Amino acid sequence: MSEMSRIVRTMTAIMFPFAMIYGLYVIAHGHLTPGGGFQGGAVVASACAMLLVAYGSKWVEEKIKEKNLSLLESVGAIGFIAIAFFGLFFGVAFFHNFLVGSDLLFGMVPAVGSTGANINTGGVLPLMNFAVGLKVIAGLFAIVLVMAYATTSFKEGKS
Amino acid sequence: MDLVEIIHIILPILIVASAVVSIYLKDLLAAVIALAAMSLLLSLEFYILQAPDVAIAEAGVGACLTTAIFVIAIRATKRKEDA
Repeated sequence: MSEMSRIVRTMTAIMFPFAMIYGLYVIAHGHLTPGGGFQGGAVVASACAMLLVAYGSKWVEEKIKEKNLSLLESVGAIGFIAIAFFGLFFGVAFFHNFLVGSDLLFGMVPAVGSTGANINTGGVLPLMNFAVGLKVIAGLFAIVLVMAYATTSFKEGKS
Repeated sequence: MDLVEIIHIILPILIVASAVVSIYLKDLLAAVIALAAMSLLLSLEFYILQAPDVAIAEAGVGACLTTAIFVIAIRATKRKEDA
């Protein structure tokens, strides 16, 4: 798939960082605000798909391979299930929230009632949001990338 | 009738109208844009129905990713539908 016109490419280059930052914000604040791993991952994957449509699949192929995206997706799934098993090993049960109440990452317990949102809460929930976000970004972008490669080889008559 | 109820009446009409327009258009790229507009209006409807989670997912997947896949498919084939 070839690249589009200069106008489309310039607008994509302007809009891409905003879409990326918004998606990463939705992932990182998944335990505080609406949204979470899947929604933020869908936003980031749409930003990458916008880049793919504007710049063409040859340009993207130099940056990232579809094989590495599959690897990243598997890393997300393994991270999710590994955190769940950490709950079994360090806590009492599968999916036990062993980080909450400790002085480690995301371990603060907020006061009861309506308080200001604190990013340093939630225990393992933000980590699981990161894992799900990684899996959704890699999975959805791999779908669009495979679609672009398939149409490229279809048009050149290779397959 | 307050403003939210009026929006609850207008938005479904616009959603159905854009869906019908996307059927009747012969230019496939314009039909895809009409489908994206339908998805965006649907996410707005989800938002005023107090479901911001679903609204973000709909805007990301429905309005952007499926549109990207359709645009890639149209660029590989023909743009005009056969009459």
